[in-house]
Amino acid sequence: MTAAAPTAATRPTRIWDTFSRNRLSWIGLALIALIVLTAIAAALIAPYDPLEQDIVARLEPPSAEHWLGTDTYGRDVLSRMIYAARISIVVGFVATMIAMTIGSAIGILCGYVGGLFDQFMMGLLDVMLAFPTLLLGLMIAAMLGASLENLIIAIAITEIAPFARIARAPTITLKQLDFVEAGRALGFGPVRIMGVHILPNMISDVVVMGSLWMASAIRTEAALSFIGLGVPPPTATWGSMIREGFDNILDAWWLAVFPSLAILATVLALNLLGDALRDAADPKLRAE
Amino acid sequence: MDQVVTARAPAVDLREPALDIRGLRTEFRIGGRWHAAVRDVSLTLHANETLAIVGESGSGKSVTALSVLRLLPGAGARIGAGAVIFAGRDLMRLSEAEMSDVRGNAIAMIFQEPMTSLNPTMTIGDQIAEAIVVHRGAAWAFARAQALRLLDEVKIPSAATRLDDYPHQFSGGMRQRVMIAMALACRPQVLLADEPTTALDVTIQAQVLRQLAELKRAYGMAMLFITHNLGVVAQIADRVAVMYAGAIVEVASVADLFARPMHPYTAALLRAMPRVDRYAKGLEPIPGGVPALTAMPSGCAYAPRCPLKQPGCTAHHPDLLRFRDGHHVRCPVVLPGAGQ
Repeated sequence: MTAAAPTAATRPTRIWDTFSRNRLSWIGLALIALIVLTAIAAALIAPYDPLEQDIVARLEPPSAEHWLGTDTYGRDVLSRMIYAARISIVVGFVATMIAMTIGSAIGILCGYVGGLFDQFMMGLLDVMLAFPTLLLGLMIAAMLGASLENLIIAIAITEIAPFARIARAPTITLKQLDFVEAGRALGFGPVRIMGVHILPNMISDVVVMGSLWMASAIRTEAALSFIGLGVPPPTATWGSMIREGFDNILDAWWLAVFPSLAILATVLALNLLGDALRDAADPKLRAE
Repeated sequence: MDQVVTARAPAVDLREPALDIRGLRTEFRIGGRWHAAVRDVSLTLHANETLAIVGESGSGKSVTALSVLRLLPGAGARIGAGAVIFAGRDLMRLSEAEMSDVRGNAIAMIFQEPMTSLNPTMTIGDQIAEAIVVHRGAAWAFARAQALRLLDEVKIPSAATRLDDYPHQFSGGMRQRVMIAMALACRPQVLLADEPTTALDVTIQAQVLRQLAELKRAYGMAMLFITHNLGVVAQIADRVAVMYAGAIVEVASVADLFARPMHPYTAALLRAMPRVDRYAKGLEPIPGGVPALTAMPSGCAYAPRCPLKQPGCTAHHPDLLRFRDGHHVRCPVVLPGAGQ
């Protein structure tokens, strides 16, 4: 996390070397590739239409016909999970990208400008940080109403503060370095200096945290959907599937367990990836 | 652009100066009070001329250069007084936007640390081109072609293949040349060089100095060259200003200064410098140290270390006095007829 800038240009290749030597990173990468491909090819893979009801085949346990069983409306659980992967991936990715963009921009601005503006903004963000992510997401989602867009916005807002913090610290270090001073001496404006000379030197820190926060976003999505503040039914999301399955947890365990496992696998994969990226980007932890 | 054929400038220059620093005072905030790091500095710099500022660490020479471009750190520093006239305008009164337009364009600066003064995530071609794009509104393709020409000009071998290299692929001396190319990108009229060779080893230092001198001639620039090395001064400068504790204590042509140093500090500096052209038993250090910014004596700042100190020296800060044309000294004691 140190802004050890001098050799940053060699960093991409060195980060890749370290990253590729870590076996866990490959597991994470493979899992994520699998989940993303499943989400993309949902229509090809899913054995059934995720919304197709079959009153005759209600609450059937896993069988050759329905690998992961069916739910209270006789819908195929595996098909619903496959389609739900789309929502989770989109929500996790888009919400994190929005939070990363806005948060980094605020963090860089605060770090670069400093002074009262910095103190004010950071105080504001500290207030946001003081709320548990879920509670904040819940408040915003409840305020905005349940829809896919609002869910993404709510989750993005909860993650702005951590990204701002992550971006601010290296900016403060970087802005004192000679090449930033040299940039000012060449007559570059603050926007150019922040965007062209500071951002590329700290982006790896932010991206690493991005993968970890994407896992968190997927968890928040599941939790909000579980409470009923997520994407409205009948669209399947992992969280809402668990919620629906929860009512029948004793006689139809498969309804809640399989989507839970999907969330677990995705979050685990993103965390493995994030940890591996962080280790690879951190010169102190870098395997020689 | 440069239809002015660079005729050798006459020794006494009647033209308007390229840069005119008048009564500059730069202050730093220490412990809630403003203390002057640069006091009453007046210098004129002409086209095609190299003026060296020499002085030890903390004498205010770098602060002077940074003040000219208004690059001082925001909150803890300010220009207390003075004007810097460039092209008929007082730089101290320009808006920040107007100032940005001057920086790297009409007035450029080279820094001391070539190892850290380049952005590690950007190719050097792009870094040189950037200033041309910003100031001239040029297209990147054109700016990169200019960057290639500039790299050739600062004698980077096989420049075309090195345009897309990153700073870490260059040695210190090469990086300093890249820095010079960046500074020259917009054909500045004034170049501020803040100890550009200090971080380089001696042979590379000589090459870079020679190159700077050639480029100064080729571009007809005025160069303010900051150094603590009198050997470098002798090699590159036309005139010298010696700074001590934030004030200029002596200004003279290089020949005059080395032949006849007037100020006791200048004389002591020269005695403390190793020379190959004269026999000396040993080097003579200057006793004592520079007074702290917060504890400036009220009289002459050099008085506590001065062998020629008179009772009057501690009473008031001496003015810069004329010894003869082009040779000024801030010490009444050494002037002929100053029998106190």
